[in-house]
Amino acid sequence: MNTNNTAIEAHDLTKRFGHFTAVDAISFEVKKGEIFGFLGANGAGKTTAMRMLCGLSIPTSGKATVAGFDVYKQTEHIKRSIGYMSQKFSLYEDLTVKENIRFYAGIYGKSDAFIKQKTAFLLKELHLEEEANKLVKSLPLGWKQKLAFSVAIFHEPEIVFLDEPTGGVDPVTRREFWNMIYQAAESGITVFVTTHYMDEAEYCNRVSIMVDGRIDALDTPTQLKKTFEAKSMDEVFLKLARKAKRSGD
Amino acid sequence: MPSVTVNNLAKQYGKKKDTVQALKGVSFEVEKGELFGIIGPDGAGKTSLFRILTTLLIPEGGSASVDGFDVVKDFKAIRQRVGYMPGRFSLYQDLTIEENLEFFATIFNTTIEANYDLIKDIYSQIEPFKDRRAGKLSGGMKQKLALSCALIHKPSVLFLDEPTTGVDAVSRKEFWEMLRNLKRQGITILVSTPYMDEASLCDRVALIQGGEILSVNTPEGVIASFQHPLLAVKDSNMLRLLNDLKNFEGALDAYPFGEYHHVVLKDGYGDASVTNYLQQHNYHQPYVQTIRADIEDCFIALMKSENH
Repeated sequence: MNTNNTAIEAHDLTKRFGHFTAVDAISFEVKKGEIFGFLGANGAGKTTAMRMLCGLSIPTSGKATVAGFDVYKQTEHIKRSIGYMSQKFSLYEDLTVKENIRFYAGIYGKSDAFIKQKTAFLLKELHLEEEANKLVKSLPLGWKQKLAFSVAIFHEPEIVFLDEPTGGVDPVTRREFWNMIYQAAESGITVFVTTHYMDEAEYCNRVSIMVDGRIDALDTPTQLKKTFEAKSMDEVFLKLARKAKRSGD
Repeated sequence: MPSVTVNNLAKQYGKKKDTVQALKGVSFEVEKGELFGIIGPDGAGKTSLFRILTTLLIPEGGSASVDGFDVVKDFKAIRQRVGYMPGRFSLYQDLTIEENLEFFATIFNTTIEANYDLIKDIYSQIEPFKDRRAGKLSGGMKQKLALSCALIHKPSVLFLDEPTTGVDAVSRKEFWEMLRNLKRQGITILVSTPYMDEASLCDRVALIQGGEILSVNTPEGVIASFQHPLLAVKDSNMLRLLNDLKNFEGALDAYPFGEYHHVVLKDGYGDASVTNYLQQHNYHQPYVQTIRADIEDCFIALMKSENH
């Protein structure tokens, strides 16, 4: 169990594929309970960096710990301490709402009593009691994404990684989703989130912006706007990302 | 004659018990040479609409025509004259850039040379890599190749289904610049997107949600139809501020909007009344400013009025 105040710590973290340096010596810290925005253009290295932090890819060099565990040697411990959700993959469409919850909680080794009690609470919270035995594919996208987030934090991880969780979601549901992120952060879960919506960058406590494998800026949204003399995060992002020499993903 | 006419179009999927109404009687027209945006979230019905207009799906009700041709009866004529870029990359991964382009040109009985002018600005950016297989290209390059292939037979109407989804802010801006250039060449363009901020780049937009059109207008027209006073409000504790704003008697709605919270007010209320209210609730110097609505404010208001 990680007892200090830091959820993620990275020092000169690097990943090379052959001659290509996908992630180029990035260093940063994420505090416990923080909502940390991880931005960057397509191909900047976000996904590679995230895979290393989730224990799915071993770095070429540098150091990092996630929930106090080493990204080289303790990847299984990391996987048990985190939750993950992305826009592309979240739930099993051919399982019911209840089955999905049961499946994920089971993978994380939660007891039947814990699962039973928390499932009832969650279904009530999400107003999904009547849909509990329906297939996930029959739910509207917005509901699915909210359910997917709840499932990702069901096992009460220290950190949850969200990879473009709100892509394509309508503006009302998008805001409800962020409300859930705030509640998770209040309860002490650290949130690490990527997004292409620049207004969502404003909802983060701090934001980092990756350009060509490096972190070129890291600060609160307010301070970033001051530093880059920009009116909005959109402008900050454009100023930084336009310098990129790499193209696309 | 309008370029595209859609009249009470309906589409449903599934069998008797389990049906999903993808389109619930949608109507609009697109003029020749217009850059027309279909703006709405996933599941709104955008792809169903595009697939019907490109004759790949048959509607259950209503009618539609492209260049005066009926989408059911005259499907062959329509296929000759439209370009379609689906949301999912659908070129041949094992063919090179050049082979893909040549393939599409040949299918339409033309050559790359004959219409090179039309695609020059876009294709020249990927031409240096023309011997690379499509499957090996970056996202941005795939997008440029797909657009070139959709244009190579000089279509009169171009359908682009979510070309910018999942694309970063810089590439999105570049893509829209390409569209403005194509529009100058007289091509009618229908483009769908879940990004509300792209509405302002279109001549006119249809806002769509749950298979229904909420509004068809110019971006300015959509904004002008926002009927209530709107404020941007900010303070150090944004979470507490949102709850307090929701409880304000003059507030119809309050929601986060980037750096600020937006508050939609009942008529007769204004920034002074909100400042007053907040000061009574121990906010010292809250930032309160009357603002003009954004497309996203309008979309939220239209969504909520549909649901009540």
